[in-house]
Amino acid sequence: MTKSYILDEIEVNALRGVDLQVCRGEMLAIMGPSGSGKSTLMHIVGLLDHPTNGTVTIDGVDVSNMDANQLAAVRNKRIGFVFQSFNLLSRTTAQSNVELPLIYSGVSGSERTRRAREALERVGLGDRLGHMPNQLSGGQQQRVAIARALVTEPSIVLADEPTGNLDSRSGVEVMAMLQELNAQGITVVVVTHDAHIARHAQRVAHVQDGRIVLNECVTDRIMADIEKITLDAEADTATAASNVSVNRETPR
Amino acid sequence: MKLMESFRIAIKALNANKVRSALTMLGVIIGVAAVILLVSIGTGVQSQVTGQISGLGSNLLFAFPGSFEGGGGGGPGGGITKQFNTDDAEYVQRRIGTQGTVIPTLQAPVQLRVGNRTKGTTLGGTDQNGDASAGSLQSGRWLTRGEVVGASRVAVIGSDVRDEFYPGQQPIGRELDINGQPFKIVGMLTKKGGSLGGSQDNTVYIPITTAQTMLSTRDISAMLIEVADIDNIEAVKAQVERALQPRFGDQFTVFTQEQTLGILSTLLGTLTAMLAGLASISLLVGGIGIMNIMLVSVSERTREIGIRKAVGARTYDILSQFVIEAVMLSVIGGLMGILLGAGGALAIQPWVPAEVTPWAVVLAFVFSAVVGVFFGVYPAYRASRLDPIEALRYE
Repeated sequence: MTKSYILDEIEVNALRGVDLQVCRGEMLAIMGPSGSGKSTLMHIVGLLDHPTNGTVTIDGVDVSNMDANQLAAVRNKRIGFVFQSFNLLSRTTAQSNVELPLIYSGVSGSERTRRAREALERVGLGDRLGHMPNQLSGGQQQRVAIARALVTEPSIVLADEPTGNLDSRSGVEVMAMLQELNAQGITVVVVTHDAHIARHAQRVAHVQDGRIVLNECVTDRIMADIEKITLDAEADTATAASNVSVNRETPR
Repeated sequence: MKLMESFRIAIKALNANKVRSALTMLGVIIGVAAVILLVSIGTGVQSQVTGQISGLGSNLLFAFPGSFEGGGGGGPGGGITKQFNTDDAEYVQRRIGTQGTVIPTLQAPVQLRVGNRTKGTTLGGTDQNGDASAGSLQSGRWLTRGEVVGASRVAVIGSDVRDEFYPGQQPIGRELDINGQPFKIVGMLTKKGGSLGGSQDNTVYIPITTAQTMLSTRDISAMLIEVADIDNIEAVKAQVERALQPRFGDQFTVFTQEQTLGILSTLLGTLTAMLAGLASISLLVGGIGIMNIMLVSVSERTREIGIRKAVGARTYDILSQFVIEAVMLSVIGGLMGILLGAGGALAIQPWVPAEVTPWAVVLAFVFSAVVGVFFGVYPAYRASRLDPIEALRYE
């Protein structure tokens, strides 16, 4: 997949001429301080917004002149969104949240149920299908959001500060999941202000004042490792257990 | 997206705010119930009144003083310059000869008394042929020619008068005071049933001569002309008009039964339409309630709309979701209003004539659905036009 953006925006705090190509199967981080224009860039990449000038091409098709409904259809089929604040529908089960994009692509009821369950199983929430968002932890909610992004089998997943509202452990889980998706061939674009998070990608585009000031490959890529975290957690548990056993032994 | 999905989403959304949905529906329920109830009453009264008049017999002509169509008057009796009197009645009778029978009538409110019980009623002074319009006798007899000529103090009473003074008893031969003068009851009419303007059975008939003496007048209120041959009715009508013209100019009106019916139904139909119009205003207010709640709902769910758009909802999907929500509010409210209105109409039937008409039910239902669409489209349009980026940023 190729995407090229040529943007010209006169206004302040917007994009002043960006030419960015995201390759199929790549994991790219868009990094920059707040106000740099990275959110605007993500909105345009996510087809939520039109560029003022220039073109946006996805799979060789120019989408810059599509109307809102055509863009909605492209978003539905090709793009999965993961947001900082999860953006799940409240008072709606995890299952129904994940089914949402399929409703708009006209998938029948039973097929939707099956695919949503599979997607939730894929993010390790197969036992939380009927839970409401407020019954889930932040990390679990973000995983529901990832399942929702996956369920339409998109070619690209866009993650906007996906770890911003999470504790570090859940953050690692989410990054590991995004890397895993990428390994399975899905193009992943992560927008972040955090250099550590950006280093999980293969390439980082630095945005500043509406321009891409640096487009570099990541040489010291971090591979988020759930196993390691899990091992750490198990080690903690083991320590606690041994403490208990020590305590038990004390009376002897 | 399939329509079924829109319905499911709408039901879920309405369920999430049960109290709010119920209160919004209440506006529509009251509006629809009011339309159905008032139209039922209007229709009921209309059919009862016209039924009573057509029950009198279609071979009757009615002659009233005053011009019905004339300016300044609101109907028979409006702008009367000169009353009919007994001579006029006799003159008309001479002119039409054997083609018909003129029955002079004189109506007045009077006070009845038996012992120490009193009752206000409508007095009808009439003659030996007056039973043509008064209805059938249940017991006793009608006034005789001798009693009319001799101005006897005899009375034929309606069933309400009997129920008031001689409940469960045979009133024939008993005494009754009319405006302080003693009368002997010689007959009682069959019960006809009530109408909105008061009971048809609260009447008492006495000879017209006696009535004129009591009221110290030679005038009469109206003439009834019982036409011998119904095919001849238009010709007799023309003769009556020619007879009255020299004395009254255009200040009189002669109606056939059919014309009376036509005029009354037009009048009552207008009344019914007015009632329906008034009730529709409450339905309109209910619709504004729907719009209000839908606007609140749209702004509350801005974020939801943003999420839906981000994952691929088209403008149409959002529009139909909110329109269907509004229409469901109004249609469910409409159905409940129909039940309430029709139930109410049945409940009041013992006291007020009410007929639940299919057209009123259909009209109220269609109107409520239209209200839902009309007042739902604007909020839904606003929702569908939301910019997904703005909507997602909304807190």
